[in-house]
Amino acid sequence: MNIDLPQGNAAAFLHRYDGLAERLPGASIPTVRALRDAAAETLRAGGLPNRRVEAWRYTDLSPMLRAEFREALTAVDRAVPLPPARVERRAVFVDGRFREDLSSLDGLVAASLAEVIATVAGRLNTVASASQPMVTLNTLLFEDGLVLEVPEGVDAGRLELLSVASGETASTVHPRHLVRLGRGARLVLVETALSSSGARHLHNPVFEIEVAQDAKLTHVRVQREAANAYHLAHLGVRVEEGGTYDGFVLNAGGRISRSETHLALLGPRAAAHLNGAQLVADGQLADTTTALDHTAPNCASRQTVKTVLAGRSRGVFQGKILVRREAQKTDGYQMNQALLLSEEAEIDSKPQLEIYADDVKCSHGATAGALDADSLFYLRARGIPADVARSILVRAFLQEAVEVVEDEPAREALEEAVAGWWDQHGKAA
Amino acid sequence: MPAVEETLDTVRDATQGAYKWGFETDIEMEFAPKGLNESIVRFISAKKGEPEWLLDWRLRAFEAWKGMEEPRWPSVTYPPIDYQDAYYYAAPKEKAKPKSLDEVDPELLKTYAKLGIPLREQAILAGVEGAGQVPAEGGRMPVAVDAVFDSVSVATTYRERLEKDGIIFCPISEAVHKHPELVKRYLGSVVPHTDNFFAALNSAVFTDGSFVYIPKGVRCPMELSTYFRINAKSTGQFERTLIIADEGSTVSYLEGCTAPQRDENQLHAAVVELVALDDASIKYSTVQNWYPGDENGVGGIYNFVTKRAACRGKRSKVSWTQVETGSAITWKYPSCILQGEESVGEFYSVAITNNHQQADTGTKMIHLGKNTRSTIVSKGISAGKGQNTYRGLVRISPKAANARNFTQCDSLLIGDLCGAHTVPYIENRCMSAKTEHEATTSRIAEDQLFYCRQRGLSQEDAVGLIVNGFCREVLKELPMEFAVEAQKLLQISLEGSVG
Repeated sequence: MNIDLPQGNAAAFLHRYDGLAERLPGASIPTVRALRDAAAETLRAGGLPNRRVEAWRYTDLSPMLRAEFREALTAVDRAVPLPPARVERRAVFVDGRFREDLSSLDGLVAASLAEVIATVAGRLNTVASASQPMVTLNTLLFEDGLVLEVPEGVDAGRLELLSVASGETASTVHPRHLVRLGRGARLVLVETALSSSGARHLHNPVFEIEVAQDAKLTHVRVQREAANAYHLAHLGVRVEEGGTYDGFVLNAGGRISRSETHLALLGPRAAAHLNGAQLVADGQLADTTTALDHTAPNCASRQTVKTVLAGRSRGVFQGKILVRREAQKTDGYQMNQALLLSEEAEIDSKPQLEIYADDVKCSHGATAGALDADSLFYLRARGIPADVARSILVRAFLQEAVEVVEDEPAREALEEAVAGWWDQHGKAA
Repeated sequence: MPAVEETLDTVRDATQGAYKWGFETDIEMEFAPKGLNESIVRFISAKKGEPEWLLDWRLRAFEAWKGMEEPRWPSVTYPPIDYQDAYYYAAPKEKAKPKSLDEVDPELLKTYAKLGIPLREQAILAGVEGAGQVPAEGGRMPVAVDAVFDSVSVATTYRERLEKDGIIFCPISEAVHKHPELVKRYLGSVVPHTDNFFAALNSAVFTDGSFVYIPKGVRCPMELSTYFRINAKSTGQFERTLIIADEGSTVSYLEGCTAPQRDENQLHAAVVELVALDDASIKYSTVQNWYPGDENGVGGIYNFVTKRAACRGKRSKVSWTQVETGSAITWKYPSCILQGEESVGEFYSVAITNNHQQADTGTKMIHLGKNTRSTIVSKGISAGKGQNTYRGLVRISPKAANARNFTQCDSLLIGDLCGAHTVPYIENRCMSAKTEHEATTSRIAEDQLFYCRQRGLSQEDAVGLIVNGFCREVLKELPMEFAVEAQKLLQISLEGSVG
């Protein structure tokens, strides 16, 4: 295991930046340029994290850092096969670039970041923290992203955000998505990340999400990228008084995938759901890392994350709940469970509570183990073949995680992904 | 049962106020010069007349320590420690053996009396000739005590009785001479001299501690106990305990500690190594009551301790029980390496932080053997401006088939200026193993308090009652005398934090 990568482990990305700096969007805008240069400086000085960095102790990036990616700016007009639209509107990104020809954004206040960067430059890195390595990397190289605004009091319905990697050669994309919900606004955002070619790629999306007073964002991410992809997502979320962020992340693809969410509850009665599931097949590592910051009284957070591991695989869950002194009457609950289907699987979990307020109710639980022998026996005793019995139990385990998603099309997308994964990987396990 | 009553009395006396053990004994002491360097290591070794191999080992540890960095990962903050500004060796000056209690240095006697050690044991501890010949009182086995005063073990009681069963219970400095083969074989075998910053420091400069060997098939007839006392100013205490339970043996060991009340911080960096062979069982109980500092956070002991047990044998068992009420800062993780098949590790802990105390404590359960089991029950109580962290690791290796772990961490917050934190690491690499972890944080419920108050209990008594209930699962693991003391201590530690 390569623990001691040299500090220069970000050299390839920095080199790419040096070649592209003048051509990246916002190159002529001083604030954007300053952010990118600062990111370059951070990476030059500290590199990307290795396993000595506490937050990355279980996820080793060195396979990705050893891999080579091509250097040119991504192409924008390739024809790609797309899955049928799940909801009426969708924003399509192919290899990190917004494809207006494939998208339909009727009635939404939405645009490509590359086009409107001058107007939103001041919002960059205000929700996501530049001190987070994946945000730093994204800041250095982002080319595009979705800028979405739901005005006060508007229920914007559903939007599908589709990211497709189609490149023939190894590529890296670093989209930056800015999502803002005004007072009392509502939106269901269903995101799917896919690979349509077999080429290795790095997908490093960063979300900066603001949920204003009494607004509600349902955000479901379905990550089904190819087995040789690297998916390193970072979500920065701020929720104001009475607002709700209802998030679900499914990690079901990629050689290394990490979904890291940093969410702050900023006003009283704000709520957050950070649910998720990880389906990890042979040769893969999936990591769900969350940091929940309770800063105001009477807020609630709920988190259930389930991981199923097959073959030689590794699952990681790191979940921190911070309750600040002002956040009295906090109600925090977190549960993470892992099911090991193989002798070669590993689950590492680190739930964490950091509490400075006394009138709170906070708990977490973590379990890991194999399929329950008694349950298997129960089903077998009723004449159900072993493989079917296993399938029933595994899918029931995952169903518990998925069924918390209230929005029907969003939940269907998850169920479909779970079924697809089980057909492809689970049965063999 | 007089012994119990006496203990109860002394506990009662001792628990009428705040920190009652804060006195300093004015006794003639012998010091080595301040500072830490190779010649101090050599001085300590020479003072103990140690063999060459042990001096070499110390020097290797010192060499390693120089290249190590103080750990910064615990959630505790303190000003930098000047390791050169402390005495690494302090011992009461030796005199001829006294004939009776009257001849004993009255200061030493006073200390024992204040510490609540029964009279007969006081005589034995003071080295009165002929004391300690009668083994039992009132039909009940007494507790054998090894008292460690600053750097040296001053006395060990009931040794003759224990020797009848072949049990060795003596200061480790003595064991080095009398049982070199055992010490050489096991010292550093559980906590290597390069293990961590404080363990390396301890290995270089440890001055004394207890050594226990329980032979094959022997059930130790009485509780063994070590009493640690930091007395001298500007000293660090570095004791080393080594307990070996041979095949099929059983032992219960108690550890207590106090220190004078001072406005400086003193360092305590101990190492405890336990080895359990096939079918052996060790129960290790600690009531840690080092001086916690005053209500403004001035003074107090820095308690940086490495405790680890190796369950080497099949079906061996080690149980750690700790009640941590003292110290300005506690940094300790009593751990079990579950190597033998079907070996069992247990960790029961109550940690309490009040005023400005900080505790970062927990355990590591490393499952290596098949069918190994571990249980962790941790209760953290924070009051005043105290910060309390549970930090633990459960690691299941691929070979630990059918391993089982259950962990429960509960935190109780009293007041809105304290903090309670839980940082568990769970690493499972074995399909057939099962790990379960749960943690809760809450405060004392208003309705519980109301119920108690309504029945005439004062606010403070009510809190004491509820806190004792909260800790019951851990306290019931303690030997009886200790359980009583621990309950009282909990109450004292919380004084001033309610109402």
